[in-house]
Amino acid sequence: MIKFSNVSKKYDNDVKALSNIDLDIKKGEFIFLVGTSGAGKSTIIKLLLKEENPTQGEITLNDRDITSVRNRRIPYIRRDIGVVFQDFRLLPNKTVYENVAFAMEIVGESSKEIRRRVPMVLGMVNLSRKSSSYPDQLSGGERQRVSIARAIVNNPPVLIADEPTGNLDPDTAWDIMRVLLDINHRGTTVVMATHAKEIVNSMKKRVVEIHEGKLIRDEQKGGYINEISHI
Amino acid sequence: MGVASISSISAVLIILGLVLILILSINNAVMETRTKFDEIQILLEDDLENIDLDSIEEEIASEEGVLSVIFHSKDRRLESMKEDWGDDSNLLDGLEDDNPLQDSYKVQLVDIEYADLVVDNISQIEGVESINYYKDVIDKLMIFSKYIQIGGTIIVGMLVLVSIFIIANTIKITVASRKREINIMKYVGATNGYIRGPFVIEGILFGLFGAVISILIINYGYEYFFQSVNDRFYLLFTVYLVPPATLFKDIAIIFTAIGVGIGSLGSILSLKRFLNV
Repeated sequence: MIKFSNVSKKYDNDVKALSNIDLDIKKGEFIFLVGTSGAGKSTIIKLLLKEENPTQGEITLNDRDITSVRNRRIPYIRRDIGVVFQDFRLLPNKTVYENVAFAMEIVGESSKEIRRRVPMVLGMVNLSRKSSSYPDQLSGGERQRVSIARAIVNNPPVLIADEPTGNLDPDTAWDIMRVLLDINHRGTTVVMATHAKEIVNSMKKRVVEIHEGKLIRDEQKGGYINEISHI
Repeated sequence: MGVASISSISAVLIILGLVLILILSINNAVMETRTKFDEIQILLEDDLENIDLDSIEEEIASEEGVLSVIFHSKDRRLESMKEDWGDDSNLLDGLEDDNPLQDSYKVQLVDIEYADLVVDNISQIEGVESINYYKDVIDKLMIFSKYIQIGGTIIVGMLVLVSIFIIANTIKITVASRKREINIMKYVGATNGYIRGPFVIEGILFGLFGAVISILIINYGYEYFFQSVNDRFYLLFTVYLVPPATLFKDIAIIFTAIGVGIGSLGSILSLKRFLNV
């Protein structure tokens, strides 16, 4: 599904963000990306979203090499990846329904399909009753669920979540995890960058740890080991 | 935001209109002068008993570049001189018997460019004493009008660039306020064209409104100016000014095209930075 082969990234200011990363993520996997701030997790996400290009190596998504893709093809790659951010990134002047429908309008879905699928997805994230509320009328957890609904409404095969529970209290964080797990059970590959030790330890999923730009651990059913322990 | 963009486009187009009117009027004046000086006066020798005037006329008329030839006898010239002098014409009394003027031809040219060639050939004709023509004046006028045209084009070009810059900056403020929305659109997979669309339409509308306002101001303003010049100086100056009626259509087309061009280009340029997500 997603494959990093010997990927390195050096930023213009000569900061080496990633060194020789080899990573193979299979279809339907749930994977935690852990590491300290600045370890390189965000760079991996940026490379996947084509916000940045690797300095070296090759990245494939669905067996398609995305490293050499032309700029104007980037939007089409992004349509295969749903993305959820720590700060939700909702449009404040649009209702919950409109925020989700917006993602479908952009890819040119028919209004009939939008009317069919948006309520369905809002139902999946348990927000049917809030569809006409505005983001500032919602709690943090509800906002994050809207952002997840928006990310999955176009049925992308991959969902990337960058610290999705970072701004939430533990109970709400678990709420979000249940939603993500549910999405994963429906067949979507989920890649989640996180610092949430409890969550990683309890879920027993594959854990990939990045430290100073290097992949130092890749464990099936791993836990969140404090990075200091293996320095 | 819209008001700022529309008024900056209008302001630029109004200045452009004034420059355009100036260029066109100077051009018009040059063309007008050109047609007035677009003739050659041929003075014949006094004693032409042996030569047939008709054959000279035929010979002149057959020259390449000659449009028409009119004969003015020295008696006729004296009469018209008297008419021109009006009350002072008595000073010319008594000249009829010993008329110092010469018989002459007025040659109208197809184009002033033929002047040198025609003068060269005609001066060979027997009986021709001297030739008066104003090619130097016309040449100088042509050079002058060419400089005005080049200068005007440079000014207009600079104004267009300045207005693209102004509109790009005003739209940039609109775009910046919607940066978040654009950012989200990019992550969801919106193409640049999809994101650009509404902004470009907005830019085009700004350009169109700006153009309409400036067309109205220039049109009515110039008509008023033309009329008041006409009322005060009669035809003295308005002959050289471009008539408002012929100007309106051209101004409308040019302004609309430039307004829409500035608006769309301005918004595309202002978006460039925000689309690189």
